[in-house]
Amino acid sequence: MNFNNITSKILFLRLLSKRFYSKIPAVPVVTLEKQSPKLKVDTNTIALLERLSLVKCDNVEGVEILEDSISFADKILHINTDNVEPLYSVLENENLSLRFDKITQGNCQTDILKNATVTEDDYFVAPPGNIPLHEVHDNECNQSLKENEN
Amino acid sequence: MKYIGVTNHLKKCTKVISIKRDHSTTTNEKLQSVVGLEVHAQLNTQSKLFSGAQNTFGGLVNNCVSLFDAAIPGTLPVLNRKCVELGILTALALSCKVNEVSSFDRKHYFYADLPAGYQITQQRAPLASDGVINFQVFTPGVHKKPYNKSSKIKQIQLEQDSGKSLHDSDLKRSLVDLNRAGAPLIELVFEPDLEDGEEAAALVKELLLIVQRLGACTGRMEEGALRVDANVSLRRYGEPLSTRTEIKNIGSVRGVAGAIRHEIERQRSVLENGGKIINETRSWDAVNKVTVAMRDKEVVQDYRYMPEPNLPPLRVNLYTREETQDVLSVPLIKDRIPELPEDSRKKLIEQFSLRPEVAIQLVNEPVLLNYFHELTLGNTRSPTKVANLLLNDLLTVLNKRKFDVEDCVITIRQIRELTDMLLNKHINLDICRKVLDELLDSANNTSPLDIITKKEWSIVTDEEEITKRCTEVIENNPKLVKQYKDGKVKVFKALLGILAKNTSNKIDMSIAAAKMEEILKKL
Repeated sequence: MNFNNITSKILFLRLLSKRFYSKIPAVPVVTLEKQSPKLKVDTNTIALLERLSLVKCDNVEGVEILEDSISFADKILHINTDNVEPLYSVLENENLSLRFDKITQGNCQTDILKNATVTEDDYFVAPPGNIPLHEVHDNECNQSLKENEN
Repeated sequence: MKYIGVTNHLKKCTKVISIKRDHSTTTNEKLQSVVGLEVHAQLNTQSKLFSGAQNTFGGLVNNCVSLFDAAIPGTLPVLNRKCVELGILTALALSCKVNEVSSFDRKHYFYADLPAGYQITQQRAPLASDGVINFQVFTPGVHKKPYNKSSKIKQIQLEQDSGKSLHDSDLKRSLVDLNRAGAPLIELVFEPDLEDGEEAAALVKELLLIVQRLGACTGRMEEGALRVDANVSLRRYGEPLSTRTEIKNIGSVRGVAGAIRHEIERQRSVLENGGKIINETRSWDAVNKVTVAMRDKEVVQDYRYMPEPNLPPLRVNLYTREETQDVLSVPLIKDRIPELPEDSRKKLIEQFSLRPEVAIQLVNEPVLLNYFHELTLGNTRSPTKVANLLLNDLLTVLNKRKFDVEDCVITIRQIRELTDMLLNKHINLDICRKVLDELLDSANNTSPLDIITKKEWSIVTDEEEITKRCTEVIENNPKLVKQYKDGKVKVFKALLGILAKNTSNKIDMSIAAAKMEEILKKL
């Protein structure tokens, strides 16, 4: 009796799995729209990105990964979003919860400084400003700067 | 004939040329300066904007920091209700439209005093927008008369402050204190409606008075509680706005005036020498009184704004006086707006018939305004005389000692007693100033009368004594008396001068003058 019951359940589950597919396609779907030509990132933009992100990517492999990421993300540009309000958060209909103005945290200097490798008189020690990565300027940029220094 | 023909021809030519050239291209045309401000005001709360750490100035280094403020992974922001309240209160006082729904965004940049790598601010939908600030521009010594000015407010937004960096240029490193990281700020963005540094300084002073009245901000600029960024550009009259420079973090009202005046002059000389203005950030060097370019001028920063995913939209109730823990009622906040500086000035002018410049100066110093109200209570003292005493004499004594008006220790009881003595002519102005000076040094609540008796400064009003002194002077100066009798009326002043000197300024000169004249006539 009991055994029969279990086998019938397994049969039923198999049926289910045949009828309901996974939402993630097993093979990449080719978009119907024409693929835009692969974007090339020039050296100035690379330099700017390095400065902004403090991540070094100015080598052949790094640039390739960056360009691949851009063309991967570019696919969403084909989707028609006319008259669709952007959804910023799934909690859009919730109200932001507010807290009363009371001191409930802090007073934990040792905890805060625990992870710092270098401290001085209870201050964190950091390099001065941003780490200056090498900067590439095209001629035009240099020229305009010179003009302005007059 | 020929000659005339030539001149006519020339005339025609010049006419054609002048028509062609109705837009002059000369650089000598008058340039108009355009100034717009952005002001950051720290909100006067117990705890920070999104964390329960203490919001204070000058605490133990890196102690008023929660795990969220240090951007420890896994921590989440929870908005402080009081910050929303103070932000709305300020917005209403500046006639802004409070937005029913506002939201938060992340503004990214890399700097050691910003542990998360982004600042939570309100870019897309700010707390409030479209306001206006009205103020009077009057700097004694610069303007003869006050004039009205107003500047539109684009928006008011809530945002986090960053930590503080101390730069050690010798060892090439920065020291970071996170006590200020996450402190609550409102940023007020003004339209470029101003023309010079004095107008900007007057705007900042008015804003300072407003936020102090509201209790929204301490207004202590020396602690960085209110910081000003100024955008400055020059253009020919009637033309669109030109390239601007931004002066960052000006920390005093006079600094605002000085920095902008200097920057306008610098840009004018660059343009007159045929140069170009570049969009750059400059800082104000208050010691050397110059603006200097900051390092990060070459690249326009991309802040990669994105909606803050951890905070759903902030909603407020615009219409009714009902409120819940999470939805504040704007009408209820509106009920709590106190009398604003503009109303105070109007009241002073209407009720006490003070001159506008006197009213402006009084309202600019809340301590003096408080004295004024206490002293004029019950209408026993002349408002104009009281105002003059406070603005001329008390302020002079304080300035001489380089005391801040806020730190004035003179109590209302003391100033009341002193004012009465002055107005009833028991003492003269000279002695009044000396007493004010003494009061700043003396122990709390020393009576001005005690000081006067102790220093033997009291004034003689006794008529017999004065008559005696006058007769003495007349007897000792027969020459002057003779000159007076011969019609040289000017000599009378000299006699009074001798009298004042003989009595070390301790007798009532108005009574003495009358007495002296009386005696001289009898001779």
